[in-house]
Amino acid sequence: MGRMRVRLTFPPERIQEPIIYLLGKDFDIVTNIRRADVKADYGWVALELEGKEENLERGIAWLKEKGVKVDPIERDVIV
Amino acid sequence: MEKLRGLKCRECGRGYPSAPSHVCEFCFGPLEVDYDYGALKGRVTRDSIAAGPPSIWRYKDLLPIDGDVAVGHHVGFTPLIRAENLAHELGVKELYIKNDSVCHPTWSFKDRVVSVAVTKAREFGFDTVACASTGNLANSVAAHAAEGRLRSYIFIPADLEPGKVVGTLVYQPTLVAVEGTYDEVNRLCSEVADKYRWAFVNINIRPYYAEGSKTYGYEILEQLGWRTPAHIVVPCAGGSLITKIWKAIKECEVLGLVDRAATKMHAAQAAGCGPIVTMIKTDSDVLRPVRPSTIAKSLAIGNPADGYYAYRAVKESGGSGEHTTDAEIIEGMLLLARTEGIFTETAGGVTVAATKKLLDAGVIPRHESVVICITGNGLKTPDVLYERLETHVTIRPALSAFDRALAELKSKTS
Ligand SMILES: Cc1ncc(COP(=O)(O)O)c(C=O)c1O
Ligand SMILES: [Zn+2]
Repeated sequence: MGRMRVRLTFPPERIQEPIIYLLGKDFDIVTNIRRADVKADYGWVALELEGKEENLERGIAWLKEKGVKVDPIERDVIV
Repeated sequence: MEKLRGLKCRECGRGYPSAPSHVCEFCFGPLEVDYDYGALKGRVTRDSIAAGPPSIWRYKDLLPIDGDVAVGHHVGFTPLIRAENLAHELGVKELYIKNDSVCHPTWSFKDRVVSVAVTKAREFGFDTVACASTGNLANSVAAHAAEGRLRSYIFIPADLEPGKVVGTLVYQPTLVAVEGTYDEVNRLCSEVADKYRWAFVNINIRPYYAEGSKTYGYEILEQLGWRTPAHIVVPCAGGSLITKIWKAIKECEVLGLVDRAATKMHAAQAAGCGPIVTMIKTDSDVLRPVRPSTIAKSLAIGNPADGYYAYRAVKESGGSGEHTTDAEIIEGMLLLARTEGIFTETAGGVTVAATKKLLDAGVIPRHESVVICITGNGLKTPDVLYERLETHVTIRPALSAFDRALAELKSKTS
């Protein structure tokens, strides 16, 4: 089992979709939201993901395909 | 004296014991060092500070260090100069440059944060330090690790030009070049920091590391004779420096070192990577990540960890923000060099150019005092100027050739 802390940033066109629900259902990932700020046209969610390593990788690839930005909880660390 | 209470979540306020950790287990908010200001008040005075060494360590009581200083004994206490020539050029009455282009030992303000981080890492018992960086941070971590006889791992994207890493490799760290996109390298570093028992200075040691930036603010106030300037213009990447300078000013007010925290903080960023300034200009507390495209590589952070806090510092202080184009950045670097004899890197060009724009727009009134933060040295990345600068004249080794050339040059400029 793998565990990850990520920050998702949603573009306007994805705000109304049940992305986090689908991530759990289609990739067998347990999601645990810790903090979020979702406005009408934009939003971010900090959450914990738990699941098999390969499912986490597939799930993250799927999120990126959807245009959701996936960052580590620390965000950009390369200065 | 127990000055440190431990760590505290910046979002939910939960307290944690002092440890190499950076994220609140409950809300995933960032952790910050929590001081007992009651214990510090009266103990930290203008006199006690003046009796300290000419380095950041004169403010050691206000830094999260319990024991002795381990590395970087000569970091900080850089010149604050009254910049008369630049003031004249910009049409402003009272202008100062806080010059960290000559910060020891690696010529940027990063030595402040890294010397605190590495000293803390030693206190925690780590034998290895690490960071992910393409420039200033890498230089500083490698140098301080060498001094402290610690192992160091520096992560860089594999496509970085070789010339950029010489100033890091010379200290002989283990340099790990990672293939992949920026996002992939970034994520890997976060995972490495999670897995290995290393002091990753800007990840698991970040709460301590970031406190080092406060010294930039203390020094400005002390060098002005414990006065607060009306304005400070700060270059922003992750947004930590501006947040911590503001915190330093507020601490000085609480401790009675200055009368009032009456300084407006202004953020300077490149137009090609300015998410913090965009927040300020649009008055939005939501940071929208961007894909960086600017010559100001040391400020190219598209998704800054402290963007929100930087925005808040600016708003709380009544300040503002300004973007600068690549051309303006080059002009800013040249202007500072031509007027004050200071060769700064692109980040300094951003700050000078942003200050000029804020003055021209009337956001900073010309009769009020202004401090420009110059945070890095131009000699590390001279390549950005190659196209803009050229030799004036090439001659044969004969006096007559020079006479003729000089006459020609004079006729051109007159
Ligand atoms: C020269 C220079 N100035 C300013 C900054 C901005 O600092 P911060 O990331 O704390 O906003 C950086 C690096 O991040 C830098 O290298
Ligand atoms: Zn919290």
